[in-house]
Amino acid sequence: MKLPKFPNPFRGLPLRFDREGRRLWKDFGMSIAAFVCVVIALVPLGSILIEAAVRGLQAIGPSFFLLDTAYGGIGNAIQGTLILVAFASAISLPVGILTGIYLSEFGKNRFGDAIRFFVDVMTQIPSIVVGIFVYSLILLLSVSGIVSVRLVFSAVAGTIALATIMIPFVARTAEEALRLVSVSTREAALALGIPRHRMILRVVLPTGASGLVTGALLGVARVGGETAPLLMTAYGSGFGFSGLDQPVESLPHTIYTFALSPYTGQNQAAWGASLVLVLMMLMISVFSRLLLRSRYPLGGAGR
Amino acid sequence: MTLKVRTEHLSAWYGAKRGIEDISLDFEEHAVTAIIGPSGCGKSTLIRCMNRLHEVIPKARSEGKVLLDGEDIYALSAVSVRRRIGMVFQKANPFPTMSVYDNVSAGLRLNGVRDRKRLDETVLRSLKHAALWDEVRDSLDAPGVSLSGGQQQRLCIARALAVEPEVLLMDEPCSALDPIATAKIEDLIFDLKKEYTVVVVTHNMQQAARVADYTAFLYLGKLIEVNRTRELFERPAQDLTEKYITGRFG
Repeated sequence: MKLPKFPNPFRGLPLRFDREGRRLWKDFGMSIAAFVCVVIALVPLGSILIEAAVRGLQAIGPSFFLLDTAYGGIGNAIQGTLILVAFASAISLPVGILTGIYLSEFGKNRFGDAIRFFVDVMTQIPSIVVGIFVYSLILLLSVSGIVSVRLVFSAVAGTIALATIMIPFVARTAEEALRLVSVSTREAALALGIPRHRMILRVVLPTGASGLVTGALLGVARVGGETAPLLMTAYGSGFGFSGLDQPVESLPHTIYTFALSPYTGQNQAAWGASLVLVLMMLMISVFSRLLLRSRYPLGGAGR
Repeated sequence: MTLKVRTEHLSAWYGAKRGIEDISLDFEEHAVTAIIGPSGCGKSTLIRCMNRLHEVIPKARSEGKVLLDGEDIYALSAVSVRRRIGMVFQKANPFPTMSVYDNVSAGLRLNGVRDRKRLDETVLRSLKHAALWDEVRDSLDAPGVSLSGGQQQRLCIARALAVEPEVLLMDEPCSALDPIATAKIEDLIFDLKKEYTVVVVTHNMQQAARVADYTAFLYLGKLIEVNRTRELFERPAQDLTEKYITGRFG
């Protein structure tokens, strides 16, 4: 087997310190520093992935995916996360993408600037604050008799919390994606006598489609790992989904409860759940990268 | 000669900055008019006012009239004006997500034409007209952006011709092309004037001399001189024109 060849970092370094020698030594020093920084940055990432994989794999077996958390599995947690993320996406993708279209295509005025500012502020709000907000919102609504008190800890509450986090994120990524569609492409459409709304729908959106999809997927990955807002909304459950007005389990919540449990079996299951969550999010990221790379994303309107 | 387009006291601004000032110019039907002048003299601004594309730039505005067959285009809808006055841009800009076929038929398809036979005929006619058919006949489904630079520019010309405009505005159509591709487009411009009224912006004076029947010289946003191309280059009436075409400034 041939070992991979590393470039000799000392090659070409002169043993003199005139102007050129100093420059080469400086270059050498900076390269080493940059390399060391990369290693430091990669250590936590690698360590998390390896740790989760090694410890998680010990917990994972066929029954791990089938049993409910009450019996040491994570079946209901996967189910709950999929349900929460699906409902949250169903709300935030249309709202977020339409907001993004507004900001990028019609938002070059004061009103647009104001919206952009608030959307930016919303993306910065800590997710636990969103949790408290949704919790107190539903509590207040139920106290005044507008909604059932059961909704305080329910799939509905969890969905609202995740959607609140996701909407501003999707709106901003959608705006950025559409802004990348060049002025010359837009002008080409206008110069053909195509009305502005049709230019947006038939030229700008397809051209920015890969960016829109990437933003949406990254939004899904973002909320898929949220724990804090779910603690106060979806709460958690030992069993499978039993209604929108009932508490529902989610993977991050499972990890949270299992990791804090005094039982080593549950601790191990927490590692297993972590591995599953990391892999799910990784898959989404990789998938979105692939979409970005493909030349003809979704807009390849064939003839 | 028949008058096709006329600008009357046309001025245009970008915010507070004036792009062109009080330009009154006639464009003859079935002729090529070249607009020359140094960079930043308002050549592009002038033709962008003629298909109302100037006004899509934020804070841009214009004053004066542009008459198309005697009718002020600023009294018509911008969309209908742009269907009658097509435009080719400096840098080829095919729609990045569309195939060659879809690019050429975009003007029709995006305005609601679904009739496949009509689309097929239009694509064939426009590509032939733009002297591109022989090169792309077997790759109509390939992405428009996969063509070479010169082919892309002819694709954009075909796309503009597909909506059957009466006037074709070309904004430095060859400035990003090599001499061979430039020669092809110049031949094309020469053919196009049989059916269209062509306006070409260029800062290449040889190009103006080769393709244009009339040439207008702009300097600092003002129309300095307009005449038959030959006259303008051989016996310029204005001192400034002579200095520019002899390369003493610009």
